[in-house]
Amino acid sequence: MKLLVAVKRVIDYNIKVRVKGDETGVETANVKMSMNPFDEIAVEEAVRLHEAGTATEIVAVSMGVQQCQETIRTALAMGCDRGIHVKTDDELQPLAVAKLLAKIVEQESPDVVVLGKQAIDDDSNQTGQMLAGLLGWSQGTFASEIALADGKANVTREIDGGLQTVAINLPAVITTDLRLNEPRYASLPNIMKAKKKEIAEITPEELGVDIAPRLTTLKVTEPSQREGGIKVETVAELVNKLKNEVGVI
Amino acid sequence: MTDEYADIREQVQKLCSQYPGEYWRKLDAERAYPTEFVQALTEAGYLSVLIPEEFGGSGLGITAAAVIMEEIQKSGCNGGACHAQMYTMGTVLRHGSDEQKQKYLPGIASGELRLQAFGVTEPTSGTDTLSLRTTAVKNGDGDYVINGQKIWTSRVEHSDLMMLLARTQSKEEVKKRTDGLSVFIVDMREALGNGLEIKPIRTMINHATTEVFFDDLVIPANSLVGEEGKGFRYILDGMNAERILIAAECIGDARWFVQKATDYANDRQVFGREIGKNQGIQFPIAEAYMQTEAANLMVEHAARVYEGGSRAGAEANMAKYLASEASWKAADMCMQTHGGFAFAEEYDVERKFRETRLYRIAPISNNLVLSFIAEHVLGLPKSY
Ligand SMILES: Cc1cc2nc3c(=O)[nH]c(=O)nc-3n(C[C@H](O)[C@H](O)[C@H](O)COP(=O)(O)OP(=O)(O)OC[C@H]3O[C@@H](n4cnc5c(N)ncnc54)[C@H](O)[C@@H]3O)c2cc1C
Repeated sequence: MKLLVAVKRVIDYNIKVRVKGDETGVETANVKMSMNPFDEIAVEEAVRLHEAGTATEIVAVSMGVQQCQETIRTALAMGCDRGIHVKTDDELQPLAVAKLLAKIVEQESPDVVVLGKQAIDDDSNQTGQMLAGLLGWSQGTFASEIALADGKANVTREIDGGLQTVAINLPAVITTDLRLNEPRYASLPNIMKAKKKEIAEITPEELGVDIAPRLTTLKVTEPSQREGGIKVETVAELVNKLKNEVGVI
Repeated sequence: MTDEYADIREQVQKLCSQYPGEYWRKLDAERAYPTEFVQALTEAGYLSVLIPEEFGGSGLGITAAAVIMEEIQKSGCNGGACHAQMYTMGTVLRHGSDEQKQKYLPGIASGELRLQAFGVTEPTSGTDTLSLRTTAVKNGDGDYVINGQKIWTSRVEHSDLMMLLARTQSKEEVKKRTDGLSVFIVDMREALGNGLEIKPIRTMINHATTEVFFDDLVIPANSLVGEEGKGFRYILDGMNAERILIAAECIGDARWFVQKATDYANDRQVFGREIGKNQGIQFPIAEAYMQTEAANLMVEHAARVYEGGSRAGAEANMAKYLASEASWKAADMCMQTHGGFAFAEEYDVERKFRETRLYRIAPISNNLVLSFIAEHVLGLPKSY
């Protein structure tokens, strides 16, 4: 069984993001970038399926600027077999990424595409679903457990009311949630091996995909400062304030 | 500029993030060895970074090793518990026989064999290594009999082998002062209780350091590394590697202090504003940052010179001096920035402050670095 995992390069989760002076986006110059944590979970799951003998090959795909290759290298160090870098300096919105992935799927014919349920930079939570739609494949989103067998996947999903398990036919798109697994750190020998693994480079033009943004970002601003609260002595005082000062009841 | 070691840095950080402040505070309180942490580093292959691939290591240079040590310290962990497993084997690698390399290096690479104890310092000859008194005398069977005492021999209780420097010819007999010392690999699994005794020393930091006593300990002739009498020269190469790596640890510590202080200064409100708004708070942080970056350039330079095949004696010493002074300045700055809270264990500042203080004294006291530079680099008279 062949797996395709998508890995996005995002601002590291430990970094406190800052809005750019001109309000066109957030500051990324000289900021530490890492693999999107949800994608790390996707890679980990794929590598575990490989180790268990369920998967035979894992291809890691990343899209964007040249440095995305570092993110692919991380995936290779964790245990993916080879990488594909769709290189562009242009903005990529979820629909464009889904279309590019669909093209790669056409070329690579994986049985399952595993990706994070969302990326921690734009929090779109759209790519996996759009990809399944474009391919006409089944989808299992927000996976907290995955079992693959006999051309089927049992995907346990985290939903508001609790856990839901769906059985879907392969090929399928699966998006990962936080509790699916705990990603490993790579060993030094595996980091060294990853340096020798192949990363193929391709452009959106070569794939024949129009990546022009469909949405325009008007402005990015800091969330408004939260004002300090106050302490009330009694319930009566609380009700009085809510009624007469805040005017919500 | 792209960092060739960015991937190693990132993965070491990830490993270290599993060993947060609470882990180290608990060990500190119990004076326990960080077994799980050392095991994780070993299994992930980081401690065998310098061992050639043919013996099961990764065969990388000292810069890669320095990057690993720096990241460990920068993450708030303490590599002092195991740094010696990285470099002590260098003496075997450079000067040992093929038989010794085959016998020891693969086991050290896998972590099955631990060689992270180095017995040099003695109670009566601290910094003055050439005056050491522990003797190794050949007996009728051709074995060596060891007598004497070492102090501050760290990690002995967590090591299988010890690299030992002992005198095989008396000071009076030798032509050159630097002759007459020899290096041995002592297998402590056999020696313990048969002439080898270990006594832990309680110290200001959780460092697993000990006194070691040799009383007619018999070790086989093939424990000798290289030629008899040349031991001092052999260990010098190893000491330069050690100084570069410890300098890198200091850089990691300094970066931890600067980050910790910056975060706190941005967060802590006094007089209705962040304390970081005061130049009295932000200037010392900026100064510590600059001193760290400057020292780091020296560390990187020393590592490059060493990798180029030179001994890098002056560079390694300067790197160790500048980095240990920078980390100490940063530590003191971080204490001051935190005010009273610096003393609360849960901030980890006081622990790191105690830990980084060591490196102005060990493995070589900074006064001796100054003497070395004055005498050997500048041509001033020997002062002692
Ligand atoms: C926690 C810890 C772990 C250690 N681990 C090891 C280990 O694993 N293996 C090992 O072999 N050793 C180890 N050491 C020993 C360490 O290397 C020595 O403590 C260090 O070299 C200094 O020697 P000393 O303590 O005897 O100081 P001394 O030699 O007694 O020096 C005392 C002071 O006098 C100064 N001084 C001495 N001579 C001169 C001079 N000529 N000019 C100017 N100043 C001078 C020194 O700089 C120092 O400040 C460790 C020490 C500590 C504290």
